[in-house]
Amino acid sequence: MATTTPSLLKRITPQLIILAVVLGLNLLVFPDFFDVSFRNGRIFGNLVDVFNRGAPVALLCIGMTLVIATKGIDLSVGAVMAIAGATAASLVTDGHGWGTALIGALATGALCGAWNGVLVAVLRIQPIVATLVLMVAGRGIAQLITEGTILTFNNEGLIRLGAGTVLGIPTPIVIWLALGTLATLAVRRTALGMLIEAIGVNEASSRLAGINSRVLLICVYLASGLCAALAGVIVAADIKGADANNAGLWLELDAILAVVIGGNSLLGGRFSIVASLIGALIIQSVNSVILLSGMPPEFNLVIKAILILAILVIQSPKIGHLIYMLRASGPESLPERARPSAAPKEDAP
Amino acid sequence: MRHRRKMQDQPPLLHASGISKFFPGAVALDEVELKLYPGEVHALLGENGAGKSTLIKCLTGAYRRDGGVIRLAGEEVDPKSTADAQGLGIGTVYQEVNLLPNLTVAENLYMGRQPTRLGLVNRRAMNRAAAEVLEGYGLHIDPGEPLTSFSVAVQQVVAIARAVALSGKVLILDEPTASLDRDEVDLLFGVIRQLKERGLSIVFITHFLDQVFEISDRATVLRNGRVVGERLLAEVSQHDIITLMLGRQLEARVAEKKGGKPGELLLQVNDLAKRGMIEPFSLNLHRGEVVGLAGLLGSGRTETANLLFGAVQADQGKLLLEGRETRITNPREAIAHRFALCPEDRKTDGIVGDLSVRDNIILALQARQGWMRPIPRSKVNEIAEHYVKALDIRLASLDMPIRLLSGGNQQKALLARWLATEPEFLILDEPTRGIDVGAHAEIIALIERLRENGMALLVASSELEELVAYSTRVVVLRDRRQVRELTGDEITADNIVHAIADEQKGAA
Amino acid sequence: MIRSTHLPLMVTLATFVLAYALCASQYPAMLSTRVVANLLTDNAFLGIVAVGMTFVILSGGIDLSVGSVIAFTGVFLAVILRDTSIHPLAAFALVLALTTGFGAAMGATIHYLEMPPFIVTLAGMFLARGAAYVLSTDSVPITHEFYDTLQDIYYKAPGGGRFRLIGGLMLLTFIAGALIAHRTRFGQNVYALGGGAQTARLMGVPLASTTVGIYAISGGLAGLAGIVFSLYTSAGYSLATVGVELDAIAAVVIGGTLLSGGYGFVAGTFFGILIMGLIQTYIVFDGTLSSWWTKIVIGALLFAFILLQKGLTWATTTRRKRATGSAQPS
Repeated sequence: MATTTPSLLKRITPQLIILAVVLGLNLLVFPDFFDVSFRNGRIFGNLVDVFNRGAPVALLCIGMTLVIATKGIDLSVGAVMAIAGATAASLVTDGHGWGTALIGALATGALCGAWNGVLVAVLRIQPIVATLVLMVAGRGIAQLITEGTILTFNNEGLIRLGAGTVLGIPTPIVIWLALGTLATLAVRRTALGMLIEAIGVNEASSRLAGINSRVLLICVYLASGLCAALAGVIVAADIKGADANNAGLWLELDAILAVVIGGNSLLGGRFSIVASLIGALIIQSVNSVILLSGMPPEFNLVIKAILILAILVIQSPKIGHLIYMLRASGPESLPERARPSAAPKEDAP
Repeated sequence: MRHRRKMQDQPPLLHASGISKFFPGAVALDEVELKLYPGEVHALLGENGAGKSTLIKCLTGAYRRDGGVIRLAGEEVDPKSTADAQGLGIGTVYQEVNLLPNLTVAENLYMGRQPTRLGLVNRRAMNRAAAEVLEGYGLHIDPGEPLTSFSVAVQQVVAIARAVALSGKVLILDEPTASLDRDEVDLLFGVIRQLKERGLSIVFITHFLDQVFEISDRATVLRNGRVVGERLLAEVSQHDIITLMLGRQLEARVAEKKGGKPGELLLQVNDLAKRGMIEPFSLNLHRGEVVGLAGLLGSGRTETANLLFGAVQADQGKLLLEGRETRITNPREAIAHRFALCPEDRKTDGIVGDLSVRDNIILALQARQGWMRPIPRSKVNEIAEHYVKALDIRLASLDMPIRLLSGGNQQKALLARWLATEPEFLILDEPTRGIDVGAHAEIIALIERLRENGMALLVASSELEELVAYSTRVVVLRDRRQVRELTGDEITADNIVHAIADEQKGAA
Repeated sequence: MIRSTHLPLMVTLATFVLAYALCASQYPAMLSTRVVANLLTDNAFLGIVAVGMTFVILSGGIDLSVGSVIAFTGVFLAVILRDTSIHPLAAFALVLALTTGFGAAMGATIHYLEMPPFIVTLAGMFLARGAAYVLSTDSVPITHEFYDTLQDIYYKAPGGGRFRLIGGLMLLTFIAGALIAHRTRFGQNVYALGGGAQTARLMGVPLASTTVGIYAISGGLAGLAGIVFSLYTSAGYSLATVGVELDAIAAVVIGGTLLSGGYGFVAGTFFGILIMGLIQTYIVFDGTLSSWWTKIVIGALLFAFILLQKGLTWATTTRRKRATGSAQPS
């Protein structure tokens, strides 16, 4: 059901606070952080960079949020990015237009997603295992398409998808904001979101209530494949070439992190795409603060790991429960432990 | 106690008295007393929700009890966990065998106390010892095989062997025979008799009364968290025990005249069956009719409900809807034909716990409409609010997760989910289980109202009084078979009890 | 005695024998001791880390940090041997203690904070890789004479194959791993945890110490693999062994271990490693096949083994369904 604005705001408050803190850190180390200038027909600025560089993970986490809401996970998105980028690059180098290349890349992504979906929904293979297959084989397939080289291209239309602008705003930003809005509307203005959540919380009940969980599961993985394909095209367009080895490498992990930082439980159920997108921005802002602080770049990963660990530990159900217990300081009512769920939910009175 | 017997001259091996347990908003156990004498098999009886499993959990430390004293061989004990209870001498074996399916029989038997040599597990010695132990129970199997390559009965015996080896004073068997066939039950009973000879006290929980009389010496009957009687089984009949369990005084009480006449024929079920689950089942159901489905737990009530709803696929028989043959292979098709099922297990098959009450109410209707056609928010609120009011669902807000509601309110919300789909055929499986008295009466009144409005209902319940109150016909099941159909003046609790206890006598 | 649970192991073994026979029929040179020796040497570090991964997966968990831990170990050794006069053996002990402690800390986080292993070890992966960067971003060569001594230890087999120390170390690790998994109480507890944490707890399995122990083993073996890798490459590089965790997981699954935990053998992982090594050797021998076929073939194998396991579980559950009621492993 459509989420009313106040409840959405309440849902994403923790993420907004974290984002504000990280952005504040950015400002602290780099006072001009929020400055935005307009030159050569496009906007520039560190904040713009955060939004621009965060595009691939933001796109991935749209699909990933849906998958995780069904109690699943999609490890293959990084590999699918590589496949889609390779497809697009090989299509334009074969002389096709950028439209064909984009559609071709999206079709491959959809195919990969459908494959994952069938393994999960029909063959009933654990999602982490099912998507591992494509994660392992996917880069090989991408290299098969590029024949092992970095397939470069100079198709203007395709390049514009990664490096161009729309009304002065970098295209990737426009794409992920548009897709994020579209996806949010698609799940909240229709019944899709609720049905997906129902499957994630209790598939047995959902089936008995008449939900076609099999088809819905396939669709969710398909959507994840599509998002990955789009991210793959953007990354390829940005560097004007398809690098089957490195395109989207380990981005599945960033995307999963973004979803988890977004307060979505890996156990499925209630989800918020907006919160995941903020999670993606948080990750990118962390990268930015490390970069801008002038710290030696070799510290990046350690600091990122520690920050993320801190965010996750704060959000862990156990800690949330502990805080809740301390606050309530009442006697334990039930011997069983409460079902683990995302911290924000636990905090609600 | 009126009965005197040699056994009672001895002090009880385990004596639990005044055991109480409260859950938020409910008293699960109210000053329950249980006495176990050495060398006896003691049946613990009661319908679901009577408090049997809560009592067991309090005795074995899985729950903290809120009151009462447990004495084992005269000494006061206070088990804090199942492991603690095990150490004291109280072992438990559950229906769903609590062993590890991925390990061998011997590994399961010796988990945590494997024989070692030079720090390494001596598998040969372990297998040999396991084989010996199991042979003592009359099992001649290779304990090096994985547990899952043996029947459930064998797995039960392994679980018992483990519990006895670890505990050795009191053995609690929680529905050990629920999924066994006759030969397997004999195997298990052989083991139980043997343990009895050794002087163990055994608590036997089951829904099969024949088995109770076959193996047990004494029975304690619980109802609504209270002990309603302790009997020596040699001195009572099955009939007496059922009366105690169901809480019926056996005055002949004819059902009140049900207003309105049944309408036209809606559903014909011809010999619908599923192998190993339910024998061929036939029923004609008219609009404006409530058919009660009676029988003890495990008699096939739930299976029948699931079969009709397509949650389980029939492998024989036909279903005719308004005279046309209809195949229903999954719940979605059933719902499309305006069937609805409120399942027995609210928690696993009914509610979608983390979703709001509003979403839960609208779920089935929305699923039938398809995701493309969302029900407008104003309509959703209208429907939800309508049913919240009509069914008197008590909640703080429609937005709260349904898992936070009480059992009765969850049940009403599930009813609302199905009523919102405006079903023509509503199946209710234990609609009043585990809910408070107020909600109980409301649900019964609702069933009455729905019938008067021309809906066809099939209600499975273990509450006889309730069945008598609302059924226009009652089908009695026993051992997964239809054994009797009661109509009109025949519908009395007494007749149902007779039919359940003994079909021959009941038919007279 | 052959039992039904040994079937996946048998299939792995048969796959290996068949694949080897196929390779040898095309390239008889692949039967030489030289190829066999190289197979062991080249896959030594991967084999060692896969033993640890087997424990983790048997318990129903996953460890994504191992590749980074290997890289960290290599850099740590290279830097400490360059900057201090400490003896390599002492450095080995130090780094093993570090990585074991790191694994144990992840295990403790997983158990006590009830966080999914996937997320915890993912953070561990970033942390270990980051720590390696902090130590050095460049490839640091190791020139200690003790390294030369260790590298010169080998057994020269007839036919020219050199069986080196690190290959032997891998074999020892597999033997020790198999002993621990199948012949100690700890090993039994690992299987119990994989069979069902709740039931295991009811049966008295100490969940906390088992979980911590499992991840400590995985961390420690990743450290050992790092030592082996530094012996193999004579250098420490923070960008090395990216994605090794995936190879290790693939080897474990191809070795017949169920990714959901509870079923599998350490010996199976050994053959999983050999099968993956064999694919690479074949591609080298062929010369015309591109390297990416390795990934595709491994992915296909992974899929085939997952299907096989699914089929086996399905066959056993439908056979037992009626009897056991609901015995779905969660």
